[in-house]
Amino acid sequence: MTAPVLIFFVLAALAILGAISLIVQRHPIHSALSLIVVMVALAGLYLLMGAEFVAAVQIIVYGGAIMVLFVFVIMLLNAGVEERTRLSKLATIGGIPLALAFTMVIAAAIARSADTVQAATQTAAVAPTKAVANLLFQDFVYPFELTSFLILVAILGAIVLAQREKERERA
Amino acid sequence: MVPTHYYLILSAILFGLGVVAFVFKRNIITVFMSIELMLNAVNLAFVAFSQAWNRWDGQVFVLFVIVVAAAEAAVGLGVIILIARNRQSLNVENVNLLKL
Repeated sequence: MTAPVLIFFVLAALAILGAISLIVQRHPIHSALSLIVVMVALAGLYLLMGAEFVAAVQIIVYGGAIMVLFVFVIMLLNAGVEERTRLSKLATIGGIPLALAFTMVIAAAIARSADTVQAATQTAAVAPTKAVANLLFQDFVYPFELTSFLILVAILGAIVLAQREKERERA
Repeated sequence: MVPTHYYLILSAILFGLGVVAFVFKRNIITVFMSIELMLNAVNLAFVAFSQAWNRWDGQVFVLFVIVVAAAEAAVGLGVIILIARNRQSLNVENVNLLKL
């Protein structure tokens, strides 16, 4: 077994354990910390695939910004241990078969496409980050500009949602 | 070189775990976190295909997915704060205004 494959299995095990821990933990803050483990493991996998920029963005935006936002909200709302309620019938009957079916469908698709994927060439010509930058600011420049509008709208939406109660009191 | 379908299988497993978490968790914040987990699984598949075909479009798409996830997290957590204020609870079973 070569070193990259070994690293892959370590990181994959870390990611899957983190995801299982997300489900098993009953306190939201523990779930959030498990999710951070998953994200850091995925960043390592991106590095392994030679996608340095995506790995950096994964750590900074997901591990940094989004998860800090989650932890912040958990602390702001003082979220306690999850109540152990009776699962609804739909979740019991539909939940596990649904998840299994999803995984099976995806696995079947992978099994069918494995040959074509392996047949593709694997020669890196340009440094990935440079190539990504060229694509992002040439072919995808309009979608890139549109995302800034999306973020603006999201900021406005978040402010409006968080402030609504105060305005209602004033009115 | 790690075979591409290893990454795809890991992606499928993570997505499945995300679906399980989405269906079984009762806390609305954790349900939201499982959506992020599913988005991450899809990102992994994107980067794996990008590497397999030696095309970088996949990595650009991942950047867009991350941007959309960040916007979604900001608005979604605002909604969660509103729900917690109005319902005094974070349990999804208490959010049933649209239920018949």
